[in-house]
Amino acid sequence: MTTPRRPYVRRQYWNEPTMGWWERSYLLEVVRGLAITGGVFLRNMGKWLTGRKGALTAYYPEEIRADYAAGNRGKHILTQRPDGRPQCVACNMCATVCPAQVIEIDAAFDPDDPAHPKYPSRFEIDYSRCVFCGFCVEACPEDAIRMVKETPDLPGFDRDRMWLGKEELLNWQPHADVSKPYPVRPAAEPGRSPDA
Amino acid sequence: MNAQDLAISLVYIAYALAVLLTFGAILTWVERKQAAIMSDRIGANRAYVRIPFTQVKLIWLGLFHGMADGLKLLLKEDFKPLAYDKLAYALGPWLAIVPVLLVFAVVPFGGTLDPGRLFPSLAGWFGGRTYAMQIAPIDAGILIVFAFSGITIIGAMLAGWSSANKFSLLGALRAGSQLISYELVMGLTVLGIVLIFGTVNLGTIVEQQSGTALGFLPAWGIVYQPFAAVLFLIAGIAENKRIPFDLPEAESELISGYFTEYSAMKQGVFMLSEFIEIAVIGALFVTLFFGGYNLPWMNDTGFVFPGGHAVPLSHGWVVVLQLLTFLGKVFLLCSFQILVRWTLPRFRWDQLLRFAWKFLLPLAIANLVVTAVALWAQQA
Repeated sequence: MTTPRRPYVRRQYWNEPTMGWWERSYLLEVVRGLAITGGVFLRNMGKWLTGRKGALTAYYPEEIRADYAAGNRGKHILTQRPDGRPQCVACNMCATVCPAQVIEIDAAFDPDDPAHPKYPSRFEIDYSRCVFCGFCVEACPEDAIRMVKETPDLPGFDRDRMWLGKEELLNWQPHADVSKPYPVRPAAEPGRSPDA
Repeated sequence: MNAQDLAISLVYIAYALAVLLTFGAILTWVERKQAAIMSDRIGANRAYVRIPFTQVKLIWLGLFHGMADGLKLLLKEDFKPLAYDKLAYALGPWLAIVPVLLVFAVVPFGGTLDPGRLFPSLAGWFGGRTYAMQIAPIDAGILIVFAFSGITIIGAMLAGWSSANKFSLLGALRAGSQLISYELVMGLTVLGIVLIFGTVNLGTIVEQQSGTALGFLPAWGIVYQPFAAVLFLIAGIAENKRIPFDLPEAESELISGYFTEYSAMKQGVFMLSEFIEIAVIGALFVTLFFGGYNLPWMNDTGFVFPGGHAVPLSHGWVVVLQLLTFLGKVFLLCSFQILVRWTLPRFRWDQLLRFAWKFLLPLAIANLVVTAVALWAQQA
């Protein structure tokens, strides 16, 4: 008892390609395709030879992509007091809220600054694991950590080198952007660094 | 053969081998870079050579990627399948690359060389002998070309058969039928040129192309046989098993086709033979259709422009100009083949054979018949 086999009918699709005699002849279309690709080649080659860039791709990491979104935030900075010390009070809120657990803070005591005696002696972010969610910025009670549009310049062959420390995070220097007024501290005594 | 002939032949052979192997190596880079530029990319540019004891890194537009690849291929493990025909397996790569190199023996890469005039100190030794710049200036030129390029079929089929792998075997079968089909088309297209120039000697064919046709056009083969030129180029690319004719090694279907089971430098030899064959097909096309080593309106004594204005050149300049012209033309043809490879998608297997037998072959025969009738009418 075998059912008779129905002849195979090719299914028709709504977007079935239709070819005119021009496309069907193939060789002419080949010539057209070669003209297109050859034209692109000549255009890009002309750009390279005249010292311009003839490619849409960007050198990574030498070049920064031009098409990052306007809202993209790729790097952390630590804001500073007018004397250049971090606003951070080492409360560990950012480290606590961080979903990737990439922030490491060591708190220290600074007897010279009675208003803010607690400060971070070490503040490091592991960019190999950071997810750039911005929770640390939200959590910070002191407006001490923010995110900026740059990307950290960290590509490397070793994940242990993808950390940014306090020095790199503190190199953002808009002194006027600090919301609270602070009296300028007297210069530290010679032979004693402010972080000691 | 006396000592002078031997010396000249050895110089020619060294030159030809150097040119072919350099082309094979450079074309890997050209292919990468041209493909990148055609598709708005930058291309491979990370490999570098550091000058020892300094921090100076030479990148040179990624030229060292070829060296890095060669080094890698040499150092990789030479993996062999468990059940394979040892002799045929070892023979495969050699049968793929040696005939390709041998084809170049009959291709003239320059006009007549007079070593005595070029180096006056050697004039006494050579005693006024002149040599055609061609390793083997024999009358059977085109026949040798087809004889040797036929051997590459055996190389591909041996490689596929001896690997004891179904993908390889499929690739070998495809290679066999494809190459035989397109060899036929290639032969028929060349017959038109043979009819017009009345010889199969490639040197003579090139010499006859140094005149003018219709008073002003260079008498190149492509002027007489534009149709055959297109067909020859198509068949040549198919002979070379490159996209859009790369069915024998279609990656998406057969992994690597007939050389799936070859690793390390054996696979590298197959790749190198493919790249050298690009240059050889370019050289053949230039010889048959593009006036060989001569610039338009140029012959062994200098330029003769259509108005009758002649610019004679010294022998040394002619030789240098001819060598450079030949290399330049071959390079342009190679670049065009790479352009085709990065433009067209691969055929289906039935389309490939239908294209050869139902389209190219009738066109080639029609071209031959029309040429023959036209020549007969001219002579009658």
